[in-house]
Amino acid sequence: MIRTILVLTRNPLSLLGLILVGLVIVAAVFAPWLAPYPTHNGAVVDFLNNNRAPSAQNWMGTDLVGRDIFSRILYAYQISLTLGVVVLVIATPIGTIIGLLAGYVGGWVEAVLMRVVDVFLSIPPLVLAIAMMGVLEPTLTNAMLAVTAMWWPWYARLVYAIARSEREEGYVLAAEVIGAGTPHIAFREILPNCLPAIITKMTLDMGFVIIIASSLSFLGLGVQPPTPDLGSMVAEGARYLPDSWWLTVFPGLAILIAVFGFNLLGDGLREVLEIDG
Amino acid sequence: MDPPHSLFFFRTEPPMSPILRLLLRRLGISVIVLIGVSMLIFVIARIIPGDPARIALGPNANAEQIANLRAEMHLDDSLPVQYANFVVDVLRGDLGTSLYTNRPVTLDIAQFLPATLELVLLAGIIMVGVGLPLGILAARHRNRWPDHLVRILSLLTVSAPSFVWAVILMLLFAFYLPLFPVAGRISDVYEIERVTGFLTIDALLMADLAVFADALHHLILPAVALSLSGIGQAARLTRANMAETYEKPYIEMAQAFGFFPNRIARIWAFKPSLIPSLTIIGLDFAAMLGNAFLVEAVFAWPGLSRYGVNVILRKDLNAIMGTVLIIALTFLIVNIIVDLLIALLNPRIRHSTRGGEA
Repeated sequence: MIRTILVLTRNPLSLLGLILVGLVIVAAVFAPWLAPYPTHNGAVVDFLNNNRAPSAQNWMGTDLVGRDIFSRILYAYQISLTLGVVVLVIATPIGTIIGLLAGYVGGWVEAVLMRVVDVFLSIPPLVLAIAMMGVLEPTLTNAMLAVTAMWWPWYARLVYAIARSEREEGYVLAAEVIGAGTPHIAFREILPNCLPAIITKMTLDMGFVIIIASSLSFLGLGVQPPTPDLGSMVAEGARYLPDSWWLTVFPGLAILIAVFGFNLLGDGLREVLEIDG
Repeated sequence: MDPPHSLFFFRTEPPMSPILRLLLRRLGISVIVLIGVSMLIFVIARIIPGDPARIALGPNANAEQIANLRAEMHLDDSLPVQYANFVVDVLRGDLGTSLYTNRPVTLDIAQFLPATLELVLLAGIIMVGVGLPLGILAARHRNRWPDHLVRILSLLTVSAPSFVWAVILMLLFAFYLPLFPVAGRISDVYEIERVTGFLTIDALLMADLAVFADALHHLILPAVALSLSGIGQAARLTRANMAETYEKPYIEMAQAFGFFPNRIARIWAFKPSLIPSLTIIGLDFAAMLGNAFLVEAVFAWPGLSRYGVNVILRKDLNAIMGTVLIIALTFLIVNIIVDLLIALLNPRIRHSTRGGEA
């Protein structure tokens, strides 16, 4: 683990990724202390200072009701990261178990599970999430639910592909000959060989979950105001282009920086751990 | 025992082209997947939200109105019966009536789908036309500056949702440098006779180049915004696959024979690398159908996605189900086309007698 991080820091791009991800995490965790206007994460109104261009008082300007955009971006990172972590923590084990079962057990289990996975994968992820949010109430919990529902199949497919090729390997046959049970072989023998790929995918997916979640709230189907969210901040400001450019450009760049960080890190991990695809 | 037809030069069954066989198999799988998709959509629309009649009528409806609409929508039947009704209706081409437009959902979709497809198609062309050459460039100069540049560019383009790119492009190239129109599909001064719904094609059918240029002019900025993350993906993938191909002995042999690097790249390195790339490009193309929701919102593009968001905000279940079903269908068709392209490109499939297995 520590060795992997040390190797990562040797590549300038991975190092940049590590720094960006570190900054975003620090910004999210310490938002209440870092934000110049910590109360602006809620329904605060300050019409005297509304729609101000960036200045020494408000580094990224203020929004339409006078809240400091920089402060709101820090709080929005909290929402994005929480959502990303929750989605991956739920979706990854589900997908992994299904992929392991389908890949190792084979037979009709494989046929049924993988057809179900195919069904989920045959609707563009964003469309499925939008459809679910369409019938659910737009809350943070439901957004997590919708994104999780479309996320697990990707892990199922990833783990399935590895498990299927591993089940012919000597060490699996050896365990079978000794008389190990299916759960032991799946979780103790095959799973450890899937972990590098899973961890890399989780790092890359952190960025994609942030993108999907912000897309949902951009369309008004995710986290609702006054909770700060990068997607809904861009949507709100888009009507006031080009004059009040700071309303959209800074939240947009905030998404770009966070996702770019996770992508650089994931890309570096993939190289260090020698994972294809 | 298998008949030993491989030993003799005659067959016991009528010959069938491997491509046709692949097409039939893919169609079979697609039907299964479509059935699954229809169930999934049905489950999302009927089980999660509670009472569709109450949702349709809004909070002020009384019990009698709700009961009437429930009867009209056949909601008192058991779920399997409702699902069967839904499937029969879909097969008859009836997706129900939209509560938002009060028109048949099929009519709405027919009106809005071409605008979205036109956008997605051009974005797809840009993705392939820019992404593949960038990937080839990176692979040919592996671990030198063009490779690093392409890597950073492609990581950057996939790192923002398409609505962020749409906003940035709009700000730069419609407001600050007014090269492109800010919104819409066509300037108000032009009248277009609707034949296909694709404005560029309809303009060509009218043989009016000015209208064609205007429609294309409106298309470019949204299409580029939509294609950016796909370009990054296509470039990365092509680079990765080609870099792997460059390790193959036949490349070394071609180099030893003294063929020009351009020729080696084109013939021996690129073609085998294209096949795995195509599958993912198909997936990216499908993702664009979803991302079109975001780009259309920014550019006020009158497409299916904008319709989709409107019906979703109004909890218009028939229209939601119809829209998702059409998108899934489009996606499946795209995948079948991609699979056929792969089969045509891959001699191992094209000439195989078993067909289908890549």
